[in-house]
Amino acid sequence: MFYREAGDFKTSYVDDSQTFPIKFDRYRYYVVLLIAFAIVPFVINDYWVNAVFLPFLIYSIAAIGLNILVGYCGQVSLGTGGFMAVGAYAVYKLMTGFPEVSIFFHVIAAGGITAIVCVLFGLPSLRIKGFYLAVATLAAQFFLVWLFNRVPWFYNYSASGQISAPEREIFGVAVTGAETLPWAAYLFCLVFCAASAILARNLTRGMAGRKWMAIRDMDIAAEIIGVDPLRAKLSAFAISGFFVGLSGALFFAVYLGAVEVGEAFGINKSFLVLFMVIIGGLGSIFGSFAGAAFLVLLPVLLKNVLVGTLGWPTDLAAHLEFMIVGGLIVVFLIAEPHGLAQLWRVAKEKLRLWPFPH
Amino acid sequence: MLDATEGYTTEDGRKIGGVVMEMKNITLRFGGVTAIEDISFDVHEGEIRAIIGPNGAGKSSMLNVISGFYNPQEGEVWYKGAKRPPMKPYQVARQGIARTFQNIALFEGMTVLDNVMTGRIRQMKAGLLSQALWKGKAEREEVENRAFVEKIIDFLEIQHIRKTPVGRLPYGLKKRVELARALAAEPSILLLDEPMAGMNVEEKEDMSRFVLDVNDEFGTTIVLIEHDMGVVMDLSDRVVVMDYGKKIGDGTPDEVRGNQAVIDAYLGVAHD
Repeated sequence: MFYREAGDFKTSYVDDSQTFPIKFDRYRYYVVLLIAFAIVPFVINDYWVNAVFLPFLIYSIAAIGLNILVGYCGQVSLGTGGFMAVGAYAVYKLMTGFPEVSIFFHVIAAGGITAIVCVLFGLPSLRIKGFYLAVATLAAQFFLVWLFNRVPWFYNYSASGQISAPEREIFGVAVTGAETLPWAAYLFCLVFCAASAILARNLTRGMAGRKWMAIRDMDIAAEIIGVDPLRAKLSAFAISGFFVGLSGALFFAVYLGAVEVGEAFGINKSFLVLFMVIIGGLGSIFGSFAGAAFLVLLPVLLKNVLVGTLGWPTDLAAHLEFMIVGGLIVVFLIAEPHGLAQLWRVAKEKLRLWPFPH
Repeated sequence: MLDATEGYTTEDGRKIGGVVMEMKNITLRFGGVTAIEDISFDVHEGEIRAIIGPNGAGKSSMLNVISGFYNPQEGEVWYKGAKRPPMKPYQVARQGIARTFQNIALFEGMTVLDNVMTGRIRQMKAGLLSQALWKGKAEREEVENRAFVEKIIDFLEIQHIRKTPVGRLPYGLKKRVELARALAAEPSILLLDEPMAGMNVEEKEDMSRFVLDVNDEFGTTIVLIEHDMGVVMDLSDRVVVMDYGKKIGDGTPDEVRGNQAVIDAYLGVAHD
């Protein structure tokens, strides 16, 4: 009853092309932002930040990045883990190389470096499509992990071969290192996550997004109306790489603190983020959040229920967790191949007509 | 004969401009198959030029040469008084040549509005950063071009479906959306590859009206391929007839209708 366009007249094209055309959605969005920025930081503790919020925010950024490439531009990538590693190592080298510069800029620069690397590995996409491109990006995944393992310069010749984030502050509050307070880490990631979502949304509803979707839907027709496939695809790789790089940098510097590349950024990570995008919904920013939430929160929830409430042994719960999550993914993909975002869209369409659907 | 630089006046009194595009001795081969053999014709500014011919005559290949999908082995394409170097399709599009396809080539996952907006690619030049922030040039362009696109949407009477994903539309409307997308580019030349294929009489009448209106209101030069002879003869100012990759006729609809080679090509001829 509250959820409809009726009475909410748009008198300009700016109004008409906004992200949330329905008033209720708009207010809901402001409320979510308000809660996320003004209330959550005061009430969360260490467990919530590390188990739920940080991975959710960071994976959301990665999923948004991958969604631009796979969901909007139609270029399948299995190199996400490798590209996240680029972000992580870039931010590490910058943090240790230029300690006087704020980490805020380091993280952004790490995104930029990842964008460049991503464009390099995106070059084959001009010649090859579909599964073959996926295999080419898989090569990127293995090559990058190998590179960061084998070239000591990347980990500053440390004996363990690991990289660990030195302590860095913003406005006098530590956001990386052992002294970090949970709310500081949370806010730092939240700023990047919210900014990423807004920027990605603007890009995808504008001409850049139209070019990408045109390439995805029919590349020949895209060319005939003047889309340069080279620039459209490479810009998708660049933007996608930027967001994935951000998430890699935050994943290492803020969330884990210390990283061994094969473990943290292996092929598993690539698949995890790809699953998030597919389950969440290809070609939807909301879907990226939904997918990240599904794959981050569900295991936590299951663990709490199985171990905490039912009191089952941890190892049994861990195995059951795999089975249940895997099973749910299959069920979801059969029931709604277009992901959670499509469910959400259908629900909204129903809600607009409720309570008189005919 | 027509003068290359001067225009002419059609039977119904419309003034046609000078030559805007000229195909000179185009030959296109695929391996051993010659799809187009030594064809020359010109297109005047503001006219409706039809290319007709039986199946496999090379009409679509000709359109593909014009729009840059194929580069002919021999011959030259002259556009706006200059010889055109070999080009990619998107470069041709940026010169102001738009087209539609025989079997609709729309972006199914996007809304009608977004589909038509993609046609404005030539006019929208804001950088990625401006687009990402949705400020300054990007926002201004978005509004200006939206206003233009709405005019096209009004013109083709597809207002009611502007926010519908194209994949959900019926065939006739898709054809119209494709025309809208081509028109949104404000092309100097519009290539239509069988705009009426698969339509019933009513839809054909609608489409014919749109083609004439486009030509009339925007002054767009139109090159069209069509199989429905009634439509072709009614719409076009001049007709090129192709058969087996060769040009067998060129002239006004009446001239073509009386041409013995054309009649033979369409009706078949007795071999003795």
